[in-house]
Amino acid sequence: MIQCKTSKAISGMGHSMKRKEDARFIQGKGNYVDDIKLPGMLYMDIVRSPYAYAKIKKINTEAALKIPGVVAVVTGKDLEQYNLHWMPTLMSDTQMVLPTDTVMYQAQEVAAVIATSRYAARDGKEAVIVEYEPMKPLMDPYKSLNDDAPILRPDKPGKTDNHIWHWQAGSREETEAVFSNADVVVKEQMHIPRIHVASIETCGCVADYDKVDNHLTMYMTTQAPHAIRTVIALVAGHVGLTEEKIRVISPDIGGGFGGKVPVYPGYVIAIAVSFLVGKPVKWIEDRSENLQADSFARDYHITAEMAATKEGKILATRFKILADHGYTDAAANPSKFPIGMFSVCTGSYDYPTSFVEADAVYTNKPPGGVAYRCSFRVTEAVHAIERITDRLAFEIGKDPAKLRIENFIQKDQFPYKSPLGWEYDSGDYVAGLEKAMNAIDYDGLRAEQVEKRKKGELMGIGISTFTEIVGAGPSKDFDILGIKMFDSAEIRVHPTGKAIARFGTKSQGQGHETTYAQIIAEELGIPAEHIQVEEGDTDTAPYGLGTYASRSTPTAGAAAVMAARKLRDKARKIAAYLLEVSEEDLEWEPGKFSVKGAPEKSKTIQELVFAAYTNHPQGMEAGFEATHYYDPPNLTFPSGAYICVVDIDSETFEIKVRRFVAIDDCGHIINPMIVQGQVHGGLTQGIAPAMYEELIYDEAGNILNGTLMDYLVPTAVESPKWETGHVITPSPHHPIGAKGVGESPTVGAPPAIANAIVDALSVYGVTHMDIPITPYKIWKKLKDTGKI
Amino acid sequence: MKEITITVNGTAHTLQVENRLLLVHFIREVLNLTGTHIGCDTSSCGACTILLNGKSVKSCTVLAVQANGKEIQTVEGLAPEGSLHPLQEGFKENHGLHCGFCTPGMMMRASELLQNNPNPTEDEIRWGISGNLCRCTGYNNIVKAIQYAGAKIRGEELPSTEPEFV
Repeated sequence: MIQCKTSKAISGMGHSMKRKEDARFIQGKGNYVDDIKLPGMLYMDIVRSPYAYAKIKKINTEAALKIPGVVAVVTGKDLEQYNLHWMPTLMSDTQMVLPTDTVMYQAQEVAAVIATSRYAARDGKEAVIVEYEPMKPLMDPYKSLNDDAPILRPDKPGKTDNHIWHWQAGSREETEAVFSNADVVVKEQMHIPRIHVASIETCGCVADYDKVDNHLTMYMTTQAPHAIRTVIALVAGHVGLTEEKIRVISPDIGGGFGGKVPVYPGYVIAIAVSFLVGKPVKWIEDRSENLQADSFARDYHITAEMAATKEGKILATRFKILADHGYTDAAANPSKFPIGMFSVCTGSYDYPTSFVEADAVYTNKPPGGVAYRCSFRVTEAVHAIERITDRLAFEIGKDPAKLRIENFIQKDQFPYKSPLGWEYDSGDYVAGLEKAMNAIDYDGLRAEQVEKRKKGELMGIGISTFTEIVGAGPSKDFDILGIKMFDSAEIRVHPTGKAIARFGTKSQGQGHETTYAQIIAEELGIPAEHIQVEEGDTDTAPYGLGTYASRSTPTAGAAAVMAARKLRDKARKIAAYLLEVSEEDLEWEPGKFSVKGAPEKSKTIQELVFAAYTNHPQGMEAGFEATHYYDPPNLTFPSGAYICVVDIDSETFEIKVRRFVAIDDCGHIINPMIVQGQVHGGLTQGIAPAMYEELIYDEAGNILNGTLMDYLVPTAVESPKWETGHVITPSPHHPIGAKGVGESPTVGAPPAIANAIVDALSVYGVTHMDIPITPYKIWKKLKDTGKI
Repeated sequence: MKEITITVNGTAHTLQVENRLLLVHFIREVLNLTGTHIGCDTSSCGACTILLNGKSVKSCTVLAVQANGKEIQTVEGLAPEGSLHPLQEGFKENHGLHCGFCTPGMMMRASELLQNNPNPTEDEIRWGISGNLCRCTGYNNIVKAIQYAGAKIRGEELPSTEPEFV
């Protein structure tokens, strides 16, 4: 049971308060970007390349311009006049806004058509004739490194190959020494394929430039409105659009999952056009454009190795990664971490030695990659460690649950310094796994499996016991384009005791309007119902880095606590003044201060707030408002123990997830209903890449599944009935002990499912299968190895 | 251009429209009823689901002219103003939505489902909404929301809306 310190009327932490934001969404009154309609608004559509790699010989816009309603066609040459044809990526690489001579991937933006209606813009797009000279694209990241590979980025001065960066952590020599002396070494080659977040709302914007005031209002689907404002100012400052003249508004967002962090060319073109014509310009991409051109996630080729004793004590791990970034590194990672937080790959296990190295390359694929509901490359890391751990269990013939329990970091070892330098804050991995094993009856399932195997039936049980790393991050190490990754909260309590609170983050469905209100309710005793939460408007909200990587609760949530505590300190001073006692003689319970030993002498928070405006002590500043910018001292380390049971048809190899139990530890829980909802959703986005989703390209660079007809987002039928629970080990450094949860299940679920399927197929000697694991892939693997 | 008359949420609208105008654009951009959403271009996601003469259809795959003379219900007309339909209540009480983008389409589809099958099994609900994609919720609570609405419509005791943990 989750204990609550506040009454239901206050609804602080631990209450499953129904969401405040739902009223508008269930009545069709949400305000998403495509719902915005401004007077005189123009519509933009984008001409895209049919080729993955080609020279542009000519763009003929004549026919398009004759179409009624078409106002303009913008090409790279037009933008070049304003030096707006290239833009920086978040990883300090460069990306074309519109090309002047070469296209680098299929579906790349080639020209933009501006028209008075959506339909006229589409007509114009169809009428633009582009002549290309196709070239043979580089689609295989390994071939990108060959000496005879064409240099994809000759625009970059001095670039003589397709290598982007090398990154490593740990000691190569020490790790090699452990490996060469170990009893057992296991190794698997894995591909974590390219996938797409496919939030149900695509990306888009309305750029509204006012020539008279030299002011831009940019309504856009962004998870990080403040950072975007700064980026716009950096890109467009030279044409006079400086930061105080830019207002970014992120309205309701129909799902983000990392895909709405980057700046896409469409946004920049819309701004440029609005700036030139002085009218609002709307750009809403369609789904196929979204899947084909917007940032992908994953696409890591990983060699994972584990060294152990013959009894199964893990001694060391080693990981080698080739990252396919497409034609530019447009990832969304903190600046110092081109590989994100991959170095959490040592997992939940206690051993001293690890080495990771990664190389990133250019190919003729769309740029990226973003998170897909995970903290900076943690999913790839967790998949690698959890798969290779199972591989070890198989090798030495030990139960994978037992192997994990024997190797776990113990709860009294926290804070725990991981081999690659992270300080894990808290956890109780044994408790989590035992809870999951009991819930699913692990021993019973293993016994059932023995019986089924005798009958030739394929049943598998898979475990994933993962540690996440979220809440970026401490300013000493974490920044994006130099801006430190703090986040912020501003609380204004009005004279009648009702409040508005604003944040630097931006909900995309996480329920911030409810959970932030609950955090403040917990700290101040003002009912959450009376705390209005606002985000997403850079003119009103304090500066922050936005919502992704499960950072909102660890950073902005903490900022809300700190701001509220400043206000509670002020309330205490006012109470002492009104009750004519010293501050030390007062005690706090949610919603009021009373005199120790004389509880009848008390003042409610509402009375104290009112006094702050009407009867405050002389010398004290009037009003009841506070702001806090929270710089987290460490990251937070949510963890989980997931167990999945699959049944596989022994002839068709159809995979049925029979049960899936997820036990999560996200520290103290703000709203159990919302946490559970986040886990459900994350699990479905975990089964998605495990069994269904992959962006597939052919050798000619064509995407083979660039629409929702053939990119299989799980429906309610594919998605199992999830069973969830929790253990709670509060984060010791977070002011309310919370850790963040939205992404844990997406990170933890894929290896649980893959391990279950491989476990089922282990009767055929199968030790690994790359995700997504489909009936066809199983059939092919067994056929190719002569097993069937 | 063609003159059409469509009754939307009980109000008749007679307008000249382009023959090729999609019904979803008629609803969203001509009538400014923006509760109906667009999530794809291949009739896959169901965010644009509405009722056309009582049947749930994906309004991105119907021309406005095809709806001439017919009745449409959108999320804005699901319940009389100031009240909630049992589905709206069910989605809110059971945390059946996160970002809210798929929600109107999901509810419109579910409303026809419950009309035809007032007491569906979980499996029937899952198959019944399989033409509607949700990327946020993992569907557990959407199923619960529809079960809740079914119970409410049938006049039965309402199921618990507290989250269940193992």
